[in-house]
Amino acid sequence: MFEAIAFYLFAFLTIAMFYITVTTSQALYALTALAAGMIFISAFFFILGADFLGAVQIVVYSGAVMALYSFGMMFFDTTREVKEKQGNKYIVVGLATVAAVLVVLIFSAPILSDNIIALYPIGEAGNTQEVGVVLFTKYLVPFEVAAIMLLVAMISGIVLAGKKMDASLTLMTEKEIQDMRKEKKSKKALL
Amino acid sequence: METAYLIETVIKIVVILLVFSALAGIGTYFERKILAFMQRRLGPTYVGPYGLLQVAADGVKLFTKEDIIPTNVVGRIFKIAPVITAATAFMAAAAIPFLPSFSIGGYEVHPIVADINIGILYILGIMGVGLYGPLLGGMASANKFSLLSAARGAAVFISYEVVTGLSILAPIMIVGSLSLVDFNNYQAVNGWLVFSQPVAFILFWIAAFAETGRTPFHLVANDHEIIDGFGTEYSGMRWGLFFIGEYANMFFISFVIPLIFLGGFGDGSVLGAFALLGKMAFFFFFFLWTRAAWPDVRPDQLMMLCWKILMPIAVINVVITGFVMM
Repeated sequence: MFEAIAFYLFAFLTIAMFYITVTTSQALYALTALAAGMIFISAFFFILGADFLGAVQIVVYSGAVMALYSFGMMFFDTTREVKEKQGNKYIVVGLATVAAVLVVLIFSAPILSDNIIALYPIGEAGNTQEVGVVLFTKYLVPFEVAAIMLLVAMISGIVLAGKKMDASLTLMTEKEIQDMRKEKKSKKALL
Repeated sequence: METAYLIETVIKIVVILLVFSALAGIGTYFERKILAFMQRRLGPTYVGPYGLLQVAADGVKLFTKEDIIPTNVVGRIFKIAPVITAATAFMAAAAIPFLPSFSIGGYEVHPIVADINIGILYILGIMGVGLYGPLLGGMASANKFSLLSAARGAAVFISYEVVTGLSILAPIMIVGSLSLVDFNNYQAVNGWLVFSQPVAFILFWIAAFAETGRTPFHLVANDHEIIDGFGTEYSGMRWGLFFIGEYANMFFISFVIPLIFLGGFGDGSVLGAFALLGKMAFFFFFFLWTRAAWPDVRPDQLMMLCWKILMPIAVINVVITGFVMM
C-alpha cells in the first residue's frame, strides 16, 4: 500500500515540476523545478529497489542542473521574467501532432510489452554489484563509447575555454601584475 | 510487523530531528565560546550561568523577528531556499548509524532510520543537494553580493564533489560495500581504515570543510568581503534555518568521518558508543578550531587546491589502492 501511495505522490510531483519547467517564463523557477523533478525521479528507483541508481540519479543530476544554474547566472538577470519570442505557428502544430502520436504509443505499449522480457537488475549479490556486473559484461561497448564521448567533450571544453589564457593572475607576483597593467594587456589575463 | 516498523521509524525521525535541532543551537554556543577562548575574549556571559541560556535568547529573537521579503526578490524561491538547506541536512541523517544497536525491554533498536546498502552515496548526494540552499537564496535575492556568493557556492559544489567522491572510492574498494554499518563492522574486525588509507582520510576531511562551507573554505558567505553572502537579504527564522542546516551538516559529517575511517562504534559495546560520540565531538571541535586559527582562502586558491592538488592525489590514491588489491 505504501508503495502505491509513494508512487502516485512522486508521479504527481514529478509531472507537476516538469510542467512548471516548461511553462514558466521565470528562469529561476524553471531551473529549480527541473532540479526538483530530477530528484523526485530518483524516488522511483528507490521504490523499485534500485537504490544505487536512485542515489546516482541524485548525485549526477543535482550537479548537472547546478551547471545549468551557472549558465543562467551568466546569461540572464534571473530575478526578471524572460520575454519569449513567439516563433513559427507550424512548429506548435507539428509538436502537438508528435505528442498525440506519442500518447497513443505509450498507451499501446502494455499490449506489446507482454512479449518483452526485462533484464531485472536486482539479484542476490546486492544491486551495486549487479549494476557493475551488467555494465562491464553485457553493456561494456556502450559504456566505453560513452566514456570516449565524455573525453571528447572534456578536451573540446578545455580547448574552447583555454584559448586566450596566456597568463594567470594566480601564478604571477605582485610586480608582474603591475607591469602587465601598465602594458594594458590585462584583458588577456584570466584568474 | 509493518505497523511496528512504521511507528519505530517515525519515532526515530522525530528523535533525530529534535536532538539535532537542539544540538545545532547549542553548537552556536560552543562555537562562540571556543572562538572567544582562542581569541582571549569571554564570549557570551550575561544570559544564564556561563551564558548558557544565550541559545534560548537567540532562539526567541529569531522566532519573533519580522520575516521580511524584500521587494524585488523572486518570492517563492527566496522563501524555499532556507528550507532546502535545513531539510536536506536532516534527510542526509537517515543513513547514518548514530549508535550501535541496543535493546529496550527485549525489543531490538537500530539507531539508523534506513539501513540502505548505498548509505555513503546517499549521504554525499543529499549533502550536495544542500548546497542548492545558498545558491538559490543568493540568486533569488536580487542583490549583487548575494549573487556573487551564489556563484562561489556553485563553483565549490561542482569542484569538491569530485574530491569527496574520488577520495572515498579507495576505502569503498577495500570494504566492498557502500553501507556505513558494513564499514563499521569491517573495521571492528580488520582495524581502522585510517591506517591503510591515510591519504583518503586527509582528502575527505579537507573536502568536508568545503561541503559544509566552513572556514577556510567559507567562500559562500565570506564575511570580510561580501557582507553575509547569500544571507544578506534574509531575516528572522529563514536566516535561522540556514544556520540550523549548516550546524546540523557539521554534526552529521562529524559522525560520517569517524564511521568511515576511525572505526565508528567498534564492536557495538557501550564503550564503543561513547567512543563514537567522543570522535564526533573531536571533529566538531576541529571545525571550530580551524575557524579560529586560519584565514579564508581566495576563490582562485580554492579552485587551484581542488583541481591541481587534491584531485590528482585522489586519483593516484585510487590507482595505487587498485594495484595493491590486485
